[in-house]
Formats: sequence, structure tokens, C-alpha cells
Amino acid sequence: MRKKKKRDSSAVTSNLIRRPIQRWFPLFILPVFVCFCIGFIWPFLQGIYLSFCSFNVPSDATWVGLSNYSKAFHDASFAHAFWFTAAFAVISIIVINVFAFTVAYALTQKMRGSNLFRTVFFMPNLIGGVVLGYIWSLIFDAILKNYGTYLTANPTYGFWGLVILVAWQQIGYMMIIYIAGLQAVPEDMLEAAKIDGATGSQTLFKVIIPNVMPSITICTFLTLTNSFKMFDQNLALTGGLPQVIDKVNKIKINMSELLALNIYSTYNISNKYHGVAQAKAVIFFILVAVLALTQQYMTRKKEVQQ
Amino acid sequence: MKVKRYSTGSTILTIVFTVLCLIWIVPIFEVITNSVKTNASINQSAFALPNSESFVGITNYIKGLTFGNYPFLKSAGYSVWISVVSTLLILLCCSMAAWYIARVGSSFARGFYYLCLFSMIVPFQMVMFTLTNTADELHLNTPWTIPIIYLGFGAGLAIFMFVGFVKGLPLEIEEAAAIDGCGPVRTFFMVVLPMLKPTLISVGILELMWVWNDYLLPYLVLDITKYRTIPIHVQYLKGSYGTVDLGATMAIIMMAILPIIIVYLFCQKYIIKGVAAGAVKG
Repeated sequence: MRKKKKRDSSAVTSNLIRRPIQRWFPLFILPVFVCFCIGFIWPFLQGIYLSFCSFNVPSDATWVGLSNYSKAFHDASFAHAFWFTAAFAVISIIVINVFAFTVAYALTQKMRGSNLFRTVFFMPNLIGGVVLGYIWSLIFDAILKNYGTYLTANPTYGFWGLVILVAWQQIGYMMIIYIAGLQAVPEDMLEAAKIDGATGSQTLFKVIIPNVMPSITICTFLTLTNSFKMFDQNLALTGGLPQVIDKVNKIKINMSELLALNIYSTYNISNKYHGVAQAKAVIFFILVAVLALTQQYMTRKKEVQQ
Repeated sequence: MKVKRYSTGSTILTIVFTVLCLIWIVPIFEVITNSVKTNASINQSAFALPNSESFVGITNYIKGLTFGNYPFLKSAGYSVWISVVSTLLILLCCSMAAWYIARVGSSFARGFYYLCLFSMIVPFQMVMFTLTNTADELHLNTPWTIPIIYLGFGAGLAIFMFVGFVKGLPLEIEEAAAIDGCGPVRTFFMVVLPMLKPTLISVGILELMWVWNDYLLPYLVLDITKYRTIPIHVQYLKGSYGTVDLGATMAIIMMAILPIIIVYLFCQKYIIKGVAAGAVKG
């Protein structure tokens, strides 16, 4: 439905406006297009090419075919990072969305101080990932010290630490989206449900949730892609530590490392690993794209047609 | 009867949420209290409130400003410069491009638009090595030129949001301007741009938050012995953890988050609206 709307509106463009604008092509669109090529298109294409090469810097690349990919798939640290990321994504999607929806639902009821609460919940979202990671690493270390241990001693601490950090950061953001969705639920539908004698939970599950499905789509999409792309928080909180040496493959595995950080640290091992890191980046890109598109497709189907 | 039940429920909710909000600001509260304590006191009892023995006033803040091998104010200056210039550049260039895309609708414009959509799902790790290399080769690796990189990598979201809004603008106003003899440049700046104001604020806030908090792009692109932003500065402190002056570090973190919180408290209406608009479009 959306696509159709777009096509219609682009068709109404009149020649009266189109022709003169087109003459100003170098001013209106060329600067952005050049920057977009420098900042995105060229690095993207070069990145795909280099994933098939062995290189130190891009100018000395030599074609090696699929060997980078096979090394990436046989890398135990990459597999570990994948499962760590997947588990982290599932837990954080559930925690963030359930909590954010509950808070938003409560705050849209008539209640004293709801504006103040909204302000407080949203605030952590403005703090950058690196600073957040630092603050929380100090707090977790201070707590764990009472039990004679520390944050990077055990990857489980790192995992739940990251979940708490991300929940603290993102619940406010998702709450804002859910509040916008809840306020858009048609008043007459709620009234009709009340007149028909629906109970509170019936109204919630049969009227409100189907109506805020678009917000749920957006929030699960954002939490999913955010947790797969997470880097700064991971780097600043644990930096991937603790490190364990895998006896079978004789490689170092960072136990609390997410995929993005794994790619970054692979690149930093040595020059020989640049190609492998780039191949991992391509796999990572395809994974994120497929997940994002599948999720959009799945939840869009469940949205109410209005 | 009904009114009474409603109000008790509401009071309970208010109490629950007050407690929740107090828990919510504990991390920030901890940074504030620890930033005025002695190092020994932070180490032993991080959660204790400062008392007459451990209170050191603003000494940590004074130490924080000169602490380490890089002055904090210098990195704050670079952070402000890079984020403000990048955001203004993105707003200006992307709104112009979006108007062109929406109104011309040629195959080039449509192709560019789809590339922008595509760029929104590409994670930064995909391009980070090659982007860094390209920036070095083109000498875009200074704080004065890094806004160009931000414009290139951030164009996708901005153009997407602007195009969506421009398509909803009535064509008649621009046609009237054209009939009255207004050229495209004047039409854009005098007619279209004022109508775009709400979207400019939303996109501006999203881009500003992104660039201000961004760590990896400036870390990789800039020569960090010469130029640091606040996130890079903080990460460097973390790197020397254990040997660092904890009190001064707390003061630096406080100085890093305080400006954002103050700006937020003053413009929260716009920020929350901007975030909601950005998310709904995304």
C-alpha cells in the first residue's frame, strides 16, 4: 500500500517545476552524490572486492578467491561471536520490548508526573555507547568486588552486564515509539470495547496490541538490528574479555565478544588477517540484511489493515 | 465510587514509577557522587555518599581538565566542531538533494534514492577498513574535512526522511512561486526550506546524537595522536584502567554527559518528537 502511494505522488510532478530544477543538478544533488560515493558506494564495492583478496593495504591486493570465506567460516572465535550475538539479541529484544511497552502503557494512563517519568526514562539514550560502557563497567566492578570477583572474570557477567546496559539505554527510546503508537489507537474502538463489556486484558490483547502492531514492528526491528550491530558498548564494557585459548584450533577466543567487535579485532591481529576480517564483514552485512528484511516481512503480515 | 478507585490506582502507579525512576538515575547519581570523592574512597566503597573525610570538592574536575596526555577541552572542542558542522552540512545538502529527488523523479534520482535506502541496512563494519583507507587517500582525515565523510555515510537516513516529507508538500505553492518568476534556488530557500522546518529539527537531532556519540568512525579516520573527540578521550582513559586517577575520570565522564543532559532538559520536546518521527519513518 505504501509503495503505491509513493508512485502516485511522484507522478504528479509537473514540468513547470521539474525542468528548471533539473538544470540546477550540479548544485542540488551532485555534492551529496559525490560524498555518498566517497563515504559509502566506493568503500562498499571495494569492501566486497577485497573480501576475495589477500591484502595489507588495498593497493597491494592479490586475488585469493574464496579462501578468506572458508577461513572465516572455520574460525571458532567467529562462530562463538555469532552465538553470543544471537543469544544477546534474543534476550535484549524480549527484555527491552516487554519493559518498554509496559512502561509506555502505564504512562499513557492518566497519572500524575507521567511527563517527568518519560523524561527520566529517555535520558540514558543520549549518552554515547563508550561513556555508557565505562560508567557501567565501574558500577559492575564495584558490585562484584563484594563477591571477590570482577566483570571480565566470567563471560556470563559480561553477557548480563551488556543486557542491563542496553536495556537501560534503549528502553526509553522504544518507550517513546510505543507511546506514540498507543496514543494513535482510535478512541471510538476503545469505547466500543468498553460498551461491549470487554475486560481490561481483553481490551489490551484484542484491541490495543493489534492496533500498535506497527510500533511493535519498528521496535523489534530497531532492537534486532541494534543488538546485531552493537559495538561501542561491547568495546567499552568488557572489550571482549575474558580471553580463552581454544586447544583444538590453537586460537584465542574472546568470550564476551559480539560479531562487530570480532570483525574489528580480527583486523587487528596482523596484516595476514585483513582479508579474513573483510570477508567476515561481508558475511555480517548479509546476515544483518537478511534478518532485517525477514523481520519486516514477518511482522508486517500481522499488522491490522486500516 | 468509580472516581475514587481510579485515583488510588493512579497513586499506586505514581509511587511505583517514582521508585523506578530513582533506580533509573542511580548510574548517573553514582558518577556525580564519585566525582567529588577521593580515589581511595571510590576504590573501597563506590556506593557510599561522600562524607567530610572523602569529600574533595572540585579538585577532581580541575585535575580532569589537564589529566592524561591530552587536554579534555581540546577533545570537547573537536567534538563540538565535528558534530555541529557535520549536522549542518547533512541538513543543507540532503534537504536539497531530497527536493531534487522528489520533484524531478528521473531514473538517476530514483536510483540514488534506492541506494540511500540500501545504505541504511549496511552496518559500518562492512565499510570501515575501506572507508578509512579512502579517507586517508583523499586527505579527508582531519577534523576540518571529516564532515564530508559524515555527509557521505549519513546521507541515506537523512535523504530518506526528507524525501518522505517533501512528497507530502503541496505542489501548488512551488508552482505559484515558479509562475511568479522565482527560480529553483530561490524557491527552495524561500519556499520549501521553511516548510521543511519540523523535519529539519527531527533529522538534525538524530544526526547530532549520532555524530556526537560516534566512536569508531573518528577513531579510525582521524590521526588520534593529534585529534580526539570525547568518546575517543573516554576510551583512552578506559584503556589505562587501574593506573588511572579514578576521581578525575569520574569528573571527565561528568563533564562529558552534563552538556547533553542540560541540552536535553531544555529541548526535550523537540528531541522526543524528533526521535518518534525518525523511528516511525524508519
